[in-house]
Amino acid sequence: MNKLNTWDQWPDEKGRFGEFGGRYVAETLMPLVLELEDEYRAAKKDPAFAAEMDDLWKHYVGRPSPLYHAERMSAHFGGPKIYFKRDELNHTGAHKINNCLGQVLLAMRMGKKRIIAETGAGQHGVATATVCARFGLKCVVFMGATDVERQKPNVFRMRMLGAEIVPVSSGTGTLKDAMNEALRDWVTNVHDTFYVIGTAAGPHPYPELVRDFQSVIGQEAKRQIMEREGRLPDAVMACIGGGSNAIGLFHPFIEDEGVRLVGVEASGHGIETGEHAAALNGGVPGILHGNRTYLLQTDDGQIIDAHSISAGLDYPGIGPEHAFLRDTGRAEYLTCTDKEALEGFQLCTRLEGIIPALEPAHAIARLGDVCESMDKEDILIMNLCGRGDKDIFSVAEHLGMEI
Amino acid sequence: MPTQRITDRFDKVRAENRAALVTYIMAGDPDLETSYQALCALRDNGADIIELGAPFTDPMADGPAIQRAGQRSLKAGTKLKDVLALAERFREDDKETPLILMGYANPVHLMGYDAFADAASQAGIDGTILVDLPPEEDHELRQAYEKYGISVIRLATPTTTDKRIAKVAEGASGFLYYVAVAGVTGAGSADPEDIREGVERARKVSGLPVCVGFGVRTGEQAAAMARISDGVVVGSAFVDHVRLALEADDTGSIAGRMGKLAEELSDALKGVA
Repeated sequence: MNKLNTWDQWPDEKGRFGEFGGRYVAETLMPLVLELEDEYRAAKKDPAFAAEMDDLWKHYVGRPSPLYHAERMSAHFGGPKIYFKRDELNHTGAHKINNCLGQVLLAMRMGKKRIIAETGAGQHGVATATVCARFGLKCVVFMGATDVERQKPNVFRMRMLGAEIVPVSSGTGTLKDAMNEALRDWVTNVHDTFYVIGTAAGPHPYPELVRDFQSVIGQEAKRQIMEREGRLPDAVMACIGGGSNAIGLFHPFIEDEGVRLVGVEASGHGIETGEHAAALNGGVPGILHGNRTYLLQTDDGQIIDAHSISAGLDYPGIGPEHAFLRDTGRAEYLTCTDKEALEGFQLCTRLEGIIPALEPAHAIARLGDVCESMDKEDILIMNLCGRGDKDIFSVAEHLGMEI
Repeated sequence: MPTQRITDRFDKVRAENRAALVTYIMAGDPDLETSYQALCALRDNGADIIELGAPFTDPMADGPAIQRAGQRSLKAGTKLKDVLALAERFREDDKETPLILMGYANPVHLMGYDAFADAASQAGIDGTILVDLPPEEDHELRQAYEKYGISVIRLATPTTTDKRIAKVAEGASGFLYYVAVAGVTGAGSADPEDIREGVERARKVSGLPVCVGFGVRTGEQAAAMARISDGVVVGSAFVDHVRLALEADDTGSIAGRMGKLAEELSDALKGVA
């Protein structure tokens, strides 16, 4: 049957999802960005590339991750059957490694010997350093000086894995400054360096290839729910910073119109306070870090620093495909404050015996609202994209407890 | 037509058998009044074309000197409309020196390309360099500029391939800015011999004058680059004078310091064909 595929045609040849995306980079980087696209098209057609990914996913990362029926959580909300996609059980503790593996294999195809990455909380940095150690590649991770201070365990892990950590003190010393500095390094070392971007943002083809590598989450979830329940879910749900875990879960369901796609942004102290990280709910379209998307910005087009209790969601932009899904109405985007996320963190820990990262705790905190509109027989899948070991110190501090 | 000022200026420079001196300052660093004095000092001491930096919070193609200049300017409250007002003030007495606004796409995008084109034209801006708006993404901006005759100044770099230079040249006007080193502003300097071919190719394909920038600080370096190009761009070395003056607690000296540097560079370019 020749069904016109309306969602899968994006991005178009200009790297756009509707009005969003594109390739907004300095000319020095343009040839490389175009080369990366060619290389990715070639890799996609190469069965050896897919076979190597599959092998590493299975034996190194531990995929497929389980699809777990969270019975007590389901009973707690009294609504639909809630399933957790357990991507927190991956090697290195989050979904980030799905994408790092793919990009590093691409880098090796392109003959690049030096890998750079940006990181906020350190999860993407740890995953990149891990894969670089596995393949014997030089790894340099840019991290805001403020984040280096507050994420010491991850900084130590990266160092043990052989990565060089460059603290970035320009700007406010957080994730967006780390990304600026990584771009500056890339421009300077364009001949031997590959930039492994951690989220589904940046210049085309990054949003597409990150989405494709992360789509393993949704593909597995779809297969698993068909096996368990014999039907598709009624809703899938994930937290959103740049949006890589969410797009990975959403994308394989995007053509299934009966499946609600629900993203949850971090609204920090509350959108009305101005201290948040909810680009879709509190931003306007603009151009930053290689793509056109929703951004937190002033009325003069200057970028505003994001705020979230979760360093992994603490970014003033959002992947361009989410901007498109929002504007077309295909996906809905809710928000969750720092305080609510802490409640979600505790609820999941007590009811399910799973300590989630603060990022998915944002999605957990909105489960109640989403469940309210659903029936008992309905099915909801939430991506538990990271584990909370990294967050125990900051959670203890917020709860006024001592470790 | 504003672009005419650029063409006229290169005609004049060519008649004098030398390369153009293109200077850069960050508007509003450390304040708009000082920037105005600096613009006049640059013009009076041999700057042929002036690039006026518009500050942005996330200048990912700039090195530390221009990053800090942008932060100082933002801290002083400079907005895009202030940068345009500064240009307009300079234009009141100077109808000839081309002014190029240099910055990043987002503030211009937020204002709206049409609204910006109109405002920039009224302010006497002759062209813009928006670093993160490559040929693939500047179509709408070029359309907006068309009726005002504002130039889109494109960048060519050592990574721009033979095949790509045609794409860079298509739709470019005014001049081409050849980035001498793969890197950020203020980084290490290039050997003119390494880029001679690239500059020549850019000139041939575009039919436009080619100015070389990035890593050019001294008269000697400027003269060496002038031998292979139609103009030389100096930025971070000027911006450094703001920092030095601030450190010496002597902001009153900024225009004078910049004028002196412009004079040195201008002297070095004299007689270099």
